[in-house]
Amino acid sequence: MTVKQVREIDRVVIRFAGDSGDGMQLTGDRFTAETASYGNDLSTLPNFPAEIRAPAGTLPGVSSFQLHFANYDILTPGDAPDVLVAMNPAALKANVPDLPKGATIIVDTAEFTPRALKKVGYDANPLEDNSLSAYKVHAVDLSGITMEALAPFGLTRKESSRSKNMFALGLISWMYGRSIDGTVKFLGEKFASKEAIRDANITALRAGWNYGETTEDFAVTYEVKPAALPAGTYRNITGNLALSYGLIAASQRSGLPLFLGSYPITPASDILHELSKHKRFGVRTFQAEDEVAAIGAALGASFGGALGVTTTSGPGVALKAETLGLAVSLELPLVLVDVQRGGPSTGLPTKTDQADLLQVLYGRNGESPVPVVAAASPSDCFDAAIEAARIAVTYRTPVVLLSDGYLANGSEPWRLPDVDALPVIEPAFATEPNRDADGNGAAPQFWPYQRDPDTLARPWAVPGTPGLEHRIGGIEKLDGPGTISYDPNNHDRMVRLRQAKVDGVDGIPDLAVDDPTGDARLLVLGWGSTFGPIGAAVRRARRAGLSVAQAHLRHLNPMPGNTGDVLRAYDRVLVPEMNLGQLRMLLRAQYLVDVVGYNKVRGLPFKAEELADVIMEEVGTL
Amino acid sequence: MTADIGMPGLAGVPTTSTTQTKKDFTSDQEVRWCPGCGDYAVLATVQGFLPDLGLARENIVFVSGIGCSSRFPYYMNTYGMHSIHGRAPTIATGLAASRPDLSVWVITGDGDALSIGGNHLIHALRRNVNLTILLFNNRIYGLTKGQYSPTSEQGKITKSTPMGSLESPFNPVSLALGAEATFVARTIDSDRAHLTSVLSAAAAHRGTSLVEIYQNCNIFNDGAFEILKDRENRDEVLIRLEHGEPVRFGTDGQYGVRRNPTTGSLEVGAGDDPNVVVHDATADDPTQAFALSRLADPGSLARSPIGIFRQVDRPTYGDLMTEQVDRAVETKGPGDLTALLHGADTWTVG
Repeated sequence: MTVKQVREIDRVVIRFAGDSGDGMQLTGDRFTAETASYGNDLSTLPNFPAEIRAPAGTLPGVSSFQLHFANYDILTPGDAPDVLVAMNPAALKANVPDLPKGATIIVDTAEFTPRALKKVGYDANPLEDNSLSAYKVHAVDLSGITMEALAPFGLTRKESSRSKNMFALGLISWMYGRSIDGTVKFLGEKFASKEAIRDANITALRAGWNYGETTEDFAVTYEVKPAALPAGTYRNITGNLALSYGLIAASQRSGLPLFLGSYPITPASDILHELSKHKRFGVRTFQAEDEVAAIGAALGASFGGALGVTTTSGPGVALKAETLGLAVSLELPLVLVDVQRGGPSTGLPTKTDQADLLQVLYGRNGESPVPVVAAASPSDCFDAAIEAARIAVTYRTPVVLLSDGYLANGSEPWRLPDVDALPVIEPAFATEPNRDADGNGAAPQFWPYQRDPDTLARPWAVPGTPGLEHRIGGIEKLDGPGTISYDPNNHDRMVRLRQAKVDGVDGIPDLAVDDPTGDARLLVLGWGSTFGPIGAAVRRARRAGLSVAQAHLRHLNPMPGNTGDVLRAYDRVLVPEMNLGQLRMLLRAQYLVDVVGYNKVRGLPFKAEELADVIMEEVGTL
Repeated sequence: MTADIGMPGLAGVPTTSTTQTKKDFTSDQEVRWCPGCGDYAVLATVQGFLPDLGLARENIVFVSGIGCSSRFPYYMNTYGMHSIHGRAPTIATGLAASRPDLSVWVITGDGDALSIGGNHLIHALRRNVNLTILLFNNRIYGLTKGQYSPTSEQGKITKSTPMGSLESPFNPVSLALGAEATFVARTIDSDRAHLTSVLSAAAAHRGTSLVEIYQNCNIFNDGAFEILKDRENRDEVLIRLEHGEPVRFGTDGQYGVRRNPTTGSLEVGAGDDPNVVVHDATADDPTQAFALSRLADPGSLARSPIGIFRQVDRPTYGDLMTEQVDRAVETKGPGDLTALLHGADTWTVG
């Protein structure tokens, strides 16, 4: 056996690409799991078409999974892949433009037939015409070797060729010294009832590993040592999973049973799937007939004393708007999760975007304020969910929790929290009348809109509580008693009270600024999933010797109390957003600071390099 | 305290030993329907009939949508929510599915339930959520001042249809039966005894009970049901369904509903025809109930059956949901948050 050279590197970006039926997401997930348990820091970016099985071998059918891992803490899934695994000509053609010169390409030669090449517009075979001379190309008959390895299993050609993704995974695992034990165990569980398929996949996986070890074609393996992350127990987690767990944690820490009303919609459906598995936590999930019913049921459950939650994406938020307004008027706790995707209308269902900010803030009739919390990273979805629930329950208000497609499906290592240290949420249900007897013989009364003087929250009296029977509704209510009132001054007062309640949400930490040199004149401010790319870009700019400050808003409404001071402390504030400047508009309107924007709506997260260039340009003009 | 009061629909709802009266169920709010509105009769009947159930008043919830009848909850001294147009069944579904100890009522109208909220109504019926839905059908939009509704007869002249409405009306009972409803009944606002007996059966039913109430809007559609109310002639056109009884009507029972042996459909013949069908509300197959619902003339409503069309047992959505939660806890034990967060693959640093 050839002795292979081992080369140590700090970081690598690998992209698996193939047909949407080739199992690239699974391959990426497994490689991620292997990498996570090895102890690297990592960040992932799945990218797939909305069509379940787009026509095979076509460019629109290409599905990919990008993984960035390193021996230090990283913030993004990486700008450009160092390694591309392309399972067919379409995957090659779609992804080559993203590769830097010198990148490694591994292709399945079996798929490079004249017909397949023609289908994606290759006049000549790129493996033979020198057009890939800038890259290190490993042309391997992945399908052929897989089928040969699986010959003893008596599977059909089609069945055995399906395992080629496991062969590719085995090969890449060998290249980067990842253990395949976890995947062997995973396959054993996944195909427990289909022995032949299980054994075929495990065999293909091992064959891929062995191929790397024995063939002359691969002379080098790479070592990316574990990252020195803060001490603790870690797991890898996607945003949708973290968000689901955050909701369960909020339920546990409040003692309120979790009720989810949801209608399937990409990219939020996985939260519904996940929560439906956890009935042992008392979780009730209701797959409604539509988005409106989903939020209606959640609100009904809230009225009954549950933690009512509804999950959706932008188009669903539009449909839920009226009921969200009702929740504002009823002043009941409710969490609406918006996993944003490209819009308007159906837009880009599987791609990311952050253009729903103004919709969730203002997309309702009347003065209808709601607190808005936005998660910054996949694992932050956990804490953001608890925070959204805290505000909702404490202030008896609907709260919008913003995530997006990138956070939802992307993953990163998560240092597990101490469950007992998570915030406690106090429902403080009303149990007694809140108006004394009037001295004229009338009994004590319950006023459903008599507010807490500190929080301005109204009492939450749930059905089943004797003596507190009351009626609430969407018609304007008399301040205090909560009965119908059309009085002009009362309406003005109630509008202002609802606004003051939301404006006064407490417990929002000051906006923290990271300005290590203390002399930065440019502040880069973001919100939501741009946290990673902005952080990576700021690091690049600092490495280039520039002073740059960075801050990130997690609370979009109300914003931290010091936001205006922070904005005014810098000569220039740059707000990169995956929209046309929604936060920028809010900041300018609210704080009269001439914030500048950098805006792209490509359905993909920003690249660190791209943002770094913008930052350096801005600093250069100061 | 919960007591078995012989009404499965209310099993699990606490009862009270205190004697209740109509006054206990009357809120301090002034009723603001137009004088002469049929809604008053229904409100009085409900307030008069609820005390007899002996339920803890705090465990009763009325949820409504938008429309004249949807003001109903404000007048009941129970828990209540006046929600938004068409969505009351969704809110009631979330409430009933998460709180099996509540008696949940939905108050809705023909526009609220059948137009803007049509989708929610059929899905509530299909799921068999434990709700009692009172559908006040006045065949007109009252609150918006007189446009045709989805139950208005074709050709109806209204503010929005000066040359006559172009649409065929829904028959709410047919619709409910087609939506897999387990309890479907029809009654009339002015017939207090019938209204009470139907409401009582609806409350007793476990699952979604749909009660269509023919309700007169004396401002915008006065006399819409006069043909069925007129003491002189009503018995000639009103079919009173009684479970287990032959379906006969007419002043002297001179008409009978029989099955046409050739077409299989129901038709009106002589009362003494040996083929007069016997009404079976509990039949698994809703075919005959549906055929009975089709006897009414969609325009004039002549030959409208009233009473309980269908009353069958099927597990309710909430009970099934509770069963799954209980079973998950039983088989896997109560959830452990730390174990959940850790999952299968963790690693330790430091």
